[in-house]
Formats: sequence, C-alpha cells, structure tokens
Amino acid sequence: MARAVSPTTRDEVLGRVRAALRSVPRDERPEDVAVERRYRRGHDLSRVELVELFCERVADYRATVRRVGSGAAIAAAVGQACAERGAERLVGPADLPPGWAPDGVELVPDHGVSHHDLDQMDGVLSGCALGIAETGTIALDGGARQGRRAISLLPDLHVCVVEEDQIVGGVPEAMARLEAAVRDEGRPITFVSGPSATSDIELDRVEGVHGPRDLVVLVAGLHGEQPSG
Amino acid sequence: MSRVPFPEAARPALANPQLRRNLGHATRTIRAKRAGVVAELPDWEELREAGRALKERTLRHLDVYLEQLEAAVEAAGGHVHWARDADEANRIVAGLARDHGADEVVKVKSLASDEIELNEALAVAGVRAVETDLAELIIQLSDDRQSHILVPAIHRNRAEIRELFLRTLEVDELSDDPAELAEAARLHLRRAFLRARVGFSGANFGVAETGTVCVVESEGNGRMCTTLPPVLITLMGIEKVVPLWSDLEVFLQLLPRSSTGERMNPYTSLWTGVAEGDGPSEFHLVLLDNGRTDVLADEVGRQTLACIRCSACLNVCPVYARTGGHAYQSIYPGPIGAILTPQLAGLDEAGSLPYASSLCGACYEVCPVKIDIPQVLVHLRGKEVAARAASPARARLDPERAAMRSMAWVFADRTRYERAQKAARLGRRLDRLPGPLRGWTAARDLPTAPPQSFRDWWRAR
Repeated sequence: MARAVSPTTRDEVLGRVRAALRSVPRDERPEDVAVERRYRRGHDLSRVELVELFCERVADYRATVRRVGSGAAIAAAVGQACAERGAERLVGPADLPPGWAPDGVELVPDHGVSHHDLDQMDGVLSGCALGIAETGTIALDGGARQGRRAISLLPDLHVCVVEEDQIVGGVPEAMARLEAAVRDEGRPITFVSGPSATSDIELDRVEGVHGPRDLVVLVAGLHGEQPSG
Repeated sequence: MSRVPFPEAARPALANPQLRRNLGHATRTIRAKRAGVVAELPDWEELREAGRALKERTLRHLDVYLEQLEAAVEAAGGHVHWARDADEANRIVAGLARDHGADEVVKVKSLASDEIELNEALAVAGVRAVETDLAELIIQLSDDRQSHILVPAIHRNRAEIRELFLRTLEVDELSDDPAELAEAARLHLRRAFLRARVGFSGANFGVAETGTVCVVESEGNGRMCTTLPPVLITLMGIEKVVPLWSDLEVFLQLLPRSSTGERMNPYTSLWTGVAEGDGPSEFHLVLLDNGRTDVLADEVGRQTLACIRCSACLNVCPVYARTGGHAYQSIYPGPIGAILTPQLAGLDEAGSLPYASSLCGACYEVCPVKIDIPQVLVHLRGKEVAARAASPARARLDPERAAMRSMAWVFADRTRYERAQKAARLGRRLDRLPGPLRGWTAARDLPTAPPQSFRDWWRAR
C-alpha cells in the first residue's frame, strides 16, 4: 500500500544537505556544538505548593478545578460535575477504577466504541499520566486509566482525575517522566492545557471549537478536603 | 506567484484605516500577553540560548538527524517519503489520498502545505482539502490569503466573518459573537472529521531519536485530524527535526509563550509511527526540501532555518504593524518572511523584501531561538546589490550604482577628493539633490558640509 521510497530522491536531498554543509569540519561531531542547559530542569516547591500552583494555573485557562479527597469523594465530585451540566452518559477507559463511577450516571467502558457513538456521549471520565504545575497542563499517554486518544477528544465534557502525587513542577520534569512510554512503547502523548480554545476572531479567546469545551479537573489526594479554585 | 516590489504591494494596506486598526489591536494584544508570560520565567534567556544552540547543532549535522528520524519513524511502523520540491511533495500527498480512494482530506493548518500550494494541487487531482483551523476556514471560504502566521485572518473583523458564514455555511441565523461564530464552524467541521478517511498535518517538531512528530494547536482540530482518520499524512520541512526527545523540553516552553502568549497552548499532540488500537493505522511522513538546502548552504542565512514559526517577530515589527501581511506576498510575512522568502524563492523573485525593515532589531530581541534577523537582512541586501551589479543592463540604469561608481572615482585621487570637498562647501545651502538623485533627498535631509574640512584645518594649524 505504501509507495516505495524513491532512493534517488532520498539520496539527492541528503546529497544536497551534505553539499550545503561542506564548510562544517569533517571531524566535527554533533555533540561538539555546545548546548548549555542552564535553564531550570527541576523545582524546589513542596508538594503542597506544587498542588496549589497546579490548581491555580489550570483554573487560569477557565477550566473547572476541584480538590477532592480519595475514593468515594472522587465519585461524588464526578457526579456533581455531571449533575451541574446535565450529563448522563460518560465514556471511560475500560480500566477505570470502579469506585470512580458516580450514582445516577451511566459509565460506558470503551471496548472500541465507534467515533459516531463517542460523538453522542455527554462526556468522558479519565485519569492522566501526570500534571505540570507551572503550565497547568495535563498529560495523557494512553497508559493506565486513560484509554485511547479519541475518547477524550470527541465528547464535549472531559472530567479528568489528577492524583496529587502525579503533579510535577515544569515541562522538563514532565518530558523526562514520559520518555519511557514513548521510547519503549511508542505510545502517543497528548498535552491538554484548559479547554479547546481559539483566538482567531479579533483575538477574543473563545472556549471550545473542536475539542472538549468543558474541562473539569479533579485533584485527588489526602490534602483534598479544603476546597480550592 | 509573481511578485511586485514591497513598497508597491504595501500601498493598498497603507491606505486602509480599518486594516490598520485590526492589526494594531491584534499585535498590541499579543505583545502584552507574550511579555507577561515571558517575564514569569526566571530562566527565559537560558531557554532561548539552549534553543538557539540546539538548532545550530541540528542544522550543522542535519544529514545525520534526518537519517535517524527516517529510521525511527520506519521502526515505529510509519512510512517516510522525500520531496525535492513542491511538485514532488504535492504528487506524493495526492497519490496517497487517491490510493485510499479519498476525495476529501481534513487538514490542520500547515505553513509548509501553503508554501507548496497543496490545496490547489489536490484540487487538480480531484481531492478536496478541508481546512479545519477556524482562521484557515475563514480564509478558504472567502478565497482570501493569510496575513499572519498564527492568526491568518487577523485582518478580518467579526462582522465580516458573520457575513461570510451566513453566505457559505448552512446556517440561517447568526450573530457576530465570536462564540457563536466558532459554534457554527464546529458543527460544520464535526461532520467532516467523522467521515474523513485521510487526515493531513504539518509538523512543529520531529524527534530524530524516537521518530516522534509533534503538532501544537489550540482548537482541537489538530487532534481530530491526527487521531480520527485511518490514514495520516504529515508534511515536514527538513529543518524541523530536533535531536532528542528531551530537547522538546526547551521548545515546548519557548513556542507557546512566544506565539500565543500562553503558558502552554491548549493541545499538543505527539505521536510515534502508529499505535495499535489508538489513532491512524497508517502514517506517512513527507520530508520537504523545496529550497531549504539552498538556505542551509549560506553560512549567514542558515540561521533562518532555526525558525519555529512563533510569529513573535511579526507582532513587534513597526513595518508589519503598518503594512500587514499581504504586502510581503508570501505565506511567510513579517521580519522572518523578509529573510526566508528571498532565500527560498530567490532574490530575483523577492529582492525587495530584505529592504522591508528599518533594522530596528526588535525582531531579534523577541526571537525565541535568537535568529539575528537584522544581520541576515543586511547580508541579503549585500547579495541583492551584488546580483544587480552583475547584471550589466540593469547596472547602467541604476542611479544608486552610478553614484557609488562616481564616488569611488572621486575618493581614489587626492586632488579630485579635495576639489569635491570645496564644491560641497560652496553648495552648503543645497538641501535637495538635483536630477535622478532627487529621490534620495525626498525623505532625507542632506547633511551640511562643514565650513572647513579636516584637511584644510590640518594644513592651516
């Protein structure tokens, strides 16, 4: 099915590249070009500070952020988010913890739901791979409690549970944590920072064009009892 | 595209006050947002320096990284194609679409595809390209041209967009509220996403080490195009490769803050070949040269290829703020366009663009990978003058060159030089040059010659 790569084109483009780089000394190796990584690659924030920063930054994107406890508190918060929006049917990855499902909401496990049926769902409930405090980003890597990309894309509401200990400081720490999933398993990665948005009309930020227009982030953990965001 | 000189092309825009207002509002807004999120990072300058150095490393060893990328993508189940020029790339994409019996391709905004005029080529092949980015949809529906890298419809206001949607989308009622306009586009495009068999994207980065391709976006249309259709075709300029997965930690901080002035753009998609049970079952990566190796060969111009297409340089440019994007007559407008277009298309085609700048340096200050745009502008001006000089027919008629030649003649001999100085003193009240040199003084004051020259003073001392 795939067109055979024409060796002549490939060799010609690479030949042109090499000709263009004639002035680069032959014995120069890529690592001879110095790259100084003097930017921050870690953080000295405490766990409490990290969680607070994450919540603040997610809320800045006009996503809904709630801090919850664990176990039954998660299901209750999911139920509340659904009730507020009139959502009755959520899709979720097949490996979602059974305890997350709230009463009164139908949770459809994804065993290959078609795109058309996903489009009819009121929302999706998922976990995540990690959260980035500094940028208010949720990273999905198709791992535990996340499922495939389409389920968190087509429904208009995304309820995402982030465990407090999944939150890292900045982008470099996130890339380091995600590396194994990419390198060893070739898993696709999606960063979500707030709901879908556009600023294409007079630079007015409008929530929601194609992706979920409503993002609810539930930050779950022991410190969850005090409400925030 | 045949181009007219920049000053001529800028004339309609300069006479359009509505356009100036739209542009002024937009560029001011983005500038302020960018400044805010950049100031938030204590290590911004260290990130810029790392970004610059990573691009330099990549470009100086581009062949090595391209071969690595090809091997990694293929190992992950993808197919890699190489294209020398626009025609070849267009043939590859159209061929793949037809092989899959697709008469429609859903497309996420890609500058490279605009550069090669892919949509037009697909149309000839009987394949309709559906632009899914809101601004691109506006441009496509109105048969217009982009005027900004990031906000291509920056020159259109909400009333104009409402009218366009009423005319072209299947809607009866519509206000000019941006949320309602976006909703109309959402409904229109959702149907296209669900039926599409082939998706198309550009690439912001391609990781040589892992074969991972990265697309950053806001609306979710990029996720749709790269996730839902069973076949995905990605077009990537050869300069977009980065060495390591971990190098993305630099660029994913630099790009969104420089581009939309956000801490992070709403969605970033990273995929590595094909993943079973998740997304497309077939992935094609088309690597495009189309003049990039010529840019690479120029040791001063080479840094142009480091561009990550953030558009920060457009938003700070005093020339862009007044002329808008169309005057640049290229998919790449603004300061970066003024250096990239002449190098990709040739100085014959776009020789006036390196002059579309006051060399104020604001573009260099904001560039997240520290491209010295003023340096490249001056370099290209030098090449342009040299190219003109080499063409004898044009040289004879060129007053600037004639003036330089007579000046060289005067400066070469002491007697001639001193006589010229005396003549200049006699004519000190002259503030306009005569004849063909009038143009030079039309907008400039002629410096007054001092009453006594240094030579006269030295002798009389």
